[in-house]
Amino acid sequence: MIGTFPVPELGHFALALAVALAGAQAVLGLWGAQGRDVRLMAAAPALALGQFLALICAYGALVISAVTDDFSVLTIANNSNSHEPLIYKITGTWGDHEGSILLWCLILGLCGAAVAAFGRNLPSTLRARVIGVLGLVSSGFLLFALTASNPFLRDWPPPIDGRNLNPLLQDPGLAFHPPVLYTGYVGFAVPFAFAVAALLEGRVDASWGRWVRPWALASWCALTGGIALGSWWAYYSLGWGGFWFWDPVENASLLPWLTGTALIHSAIVVEKREALKIWTILLAIGTFSLSLSGTFLVRSGILNSVHAFANDPTRGVFILVLLGIVIGGALLLFLFRAPAMAPTGLFAPISREGALVLNNILLCAICAVVLTGTIYPLLASLLFHAQISVGAPYFDATVLPLSIPLFLAMAVGPVLPWKRAAIREVAPRLLGAAGLAALVALATVFSTRQWVVVAGFSGAAWLIGGAFTDIVARARLGRVPFAASLQRLRSQPSAIWGAAIAHAGMGITLAGLAGAALGSASVVALHPGQATLVGGYQFLLRDVHGAPGPNYTARIADIAVSRNGVAITTLHPSRRNFPVQQIDTTDAAISTNGLRDLYAVLGDEHGSTAILRLHVNPMAPWIWLGALVMAAGGGLSLADRRLRIGAPARRRRANAASARPA
Amino acid sequence: MSAMLPSTPLARRALLAAPLALFGIGGASAYILLQRMERGTYDPHALSSMLVGKKLPAFDLPGQPPSPGFTNLDVTKGGRLGLVNFFASWCVPCLQEAPQLQRLAAMGVPLWGIAYKDKTAATAQFLAANGNPYRAVARDASGMTAINFGLYGVPETYLVDPGGIVRWRWAGGISADVMGDTLLPLLKRYG
Repeated sequence: MIGTFPVPELGHFALALAVALAGAQAVLGLWGAQGRDVRLMAAAPALALGQFLALICAYGALVISAVTDDFSVLTIANNSNSHEPLIYKITGTWGDHEGSILLWCLILGLCGAAVAAFGRNLPSTLRARVIGVLGLVSSGFLLFALTASNPFLRDWPPPIDGRNLNPLLQDPGLAFHPPVLYTGYVGFAVPFAFAVAALLEGRVDASWGRWVRPWALASWCALTGGIALGSWWAYYSLGWGGFWFWDPVENASLLPWLTGTALIHSAIVVEKREALKIWTILLAIGTFSLSLSGTFLVRSGILNSVHAFANDPTRGVFILVLLGIVIGGALLLFLFRAPAMAPTGLFAPISREGALVLNNILLCAICAVVLTGTIYPLLASLLFHAQISVGAPYFDATVLPLSIPLFLAMAVGPVLPWKRAAIREVAPRLLGAAGLAALVALATVFSTRQWVVVAGFSGAAWLIGGAFTDIVARARLGRVPFAASLQRLRSQPSAIWGAAIAHAGMGITLAGLAGAALGSASVVALHPGQATLVGGYQFLLRDVHGAPGPNYTARIADIAVSRNGVAITTLHPSRRNFPVQQIDTTDAAISTNGLRDLYAVLGDEHGSTAILRLHVNPMAPWIWLGALVMAAGGGLSLADRRLRIGAPARRRRANAASARPA
Repeated sequence: MSAMLPSTPLARRALLAAPLALFGIGGASAYILLQRMERGTYDPHALSSMLVGKKLPAFDLPGQPPSPGFTNLDVTKGGRLGLVNFFASWCVPCLQEAPQLQRLAAMGVPLWGIAYKDKTAATAQFLAANGNPYRAVARDASGMTAINFGLYGVPETYLVDPGGIVRWRWAGGISADVMGDTLLPLLKRYG
């Protein structure tokens, strides 16, 4: 593109324009709401849409520069290559620090535009304040992108060819992992903005709970999907055979997920019962704060991680100051305004509210435990000048005991009535789920003696059974004619279905986790023609051969798998060598039948022997299937919300219309 | 349940200020660490252990049959240095460091193996296939000893001097380079 239209400069200009628009959006929105100036408040949504358009132009310019191989742009020269497949030229734009920050800003801009477009039924001051707060956060991060992390900087003279995208990122799973994950992270900016706006207004009521919940839910769905994608990628691509390693980056995504899960539950209490207001506000602020801090800790390189981006302490200070303003400002406001948010709804400890409080306490306890383990090495370095590491043993030992009561309560909560409940009336309803759990426990205890596995499968049955207990009761299954039951099932609000499906999804994931503990694995060195036995399956290494790829060369193994002499499948794990960066990546071969994975990784070769890592992982696909089901449940619940959000507004308009003639 | 907040205004305020205070402390800590990173006095990627310069943490682990179990005191019994090596049958680098461990054993360096979260049969198969370089092999089935060591993953190796003080920690497999450049000089120094 050199010598023709200067696309990167257009992007650079659009980025600068977005900074200005975001600044105006913040000032006009917040100022207008403070002075109740209708014209200023009306400008905020338009500016939010404008900011989003400018960011689309900026990101589009970056993508066009990458696709047309404009290596005079520094980030593209560092992360792209003319021989790369088109898809990775595009996804490579968010593969490095600069591009991913711009994507982050683009999604934040999308959030502002979404509130502008879909928030028409919000009270005008609340809407202007939410958009204003989003504009404030946007302008900070856009300023960071423009000054400290600009993706449009040129390098002259340009190199003949680019340095290629990190081969680990040249993978379909990882290519789409960041946008989904960021949508989750950044999406929680909207509940955050709602919380700050509510503090500015000095008022939280049931409708606030109703407005904030769809945004929190949508972000939660995206975050769930993003985490699952990342974990799935680690499973099939890193070739470690595991799916969760308690790496700081993984923990950084888990922390906001935990508080976000607490938030979507406590917001229900605000909506239905006008209680837990202060707590919900704090959760909304806390969830986005954890998203931001996690990004900061990883990006600045303070925390040691396998995923770390290029480290640059000066950039770290910039982000830290930004975090101080955004999070510190929100918490300061919280300190002064929160006491005014008195709860009006009272409830007994044993009630739907009580169960949701317990859910919140347990989720936040898990969050605190994981947070402690993640930042403890930092504290130790700071206070004792000692470098220590906290690994999987700590997390396994602390998270498991807290998860058990959480899973137990998950099935009980939905069948409890609001305000107060009598255990004697509720307990019989759970007999079905309890019976199912006992049956599964009995069935598994004969095949394994690991109590964790038995408890896991039994807990999964309890969760899935419990999830649908309420729906079955609502349909009066067995008590009215079957057709009438079906009719009742169909007429249940989709939020009820969504919650049941999401809870069942957790059960599916739990079953997957329990099954994974039963897996067998082996690391062997085999000659072609040799076979080994893993978990009752025979793995026969037929051959290892070379194969060319677009920008790599591969070594591929052919492994025939059979059980009791019956051939099942042939696995082709491969190892890729990327000559530009001199990096090897592994591509695990996985054959699944839904109930177990046969998993093979090709390691180093010594002469004619190849080192193979072979796994038989029962139930493994259920881990990600469950996450998918959880996200789908959230999405279904969202479909219901959208209808109901409009309802009060329509009623208000109807009231206004009927009041006018009088 | 409205009594979830303390009733006196001062206590209420203090509770509501807690998140801000926590964030303030966290932010200040992060700032200090960033400054140290810039000056080069803090390197997050250095994975030396807090154990280095300290006594080996106390443990008493059961053995992997036919080997007897051992305790932290056995490692340096008789005033000799020792190497404590965490391994597992399911780990690839453990397989790759096996030749180096064999060489060390052939040189007469006492190696004390701890099988981390591994099944007894799998460990036995691993030792049979790759040779057993260890003076004794203990089992840390629960992983509790690993927590006390601050284990990052397997394999991991700790050099303990004759006085029972940890002098070196290596996270990852011992390659021929690591052995030649780092471990052998250290063995000479403390041995």
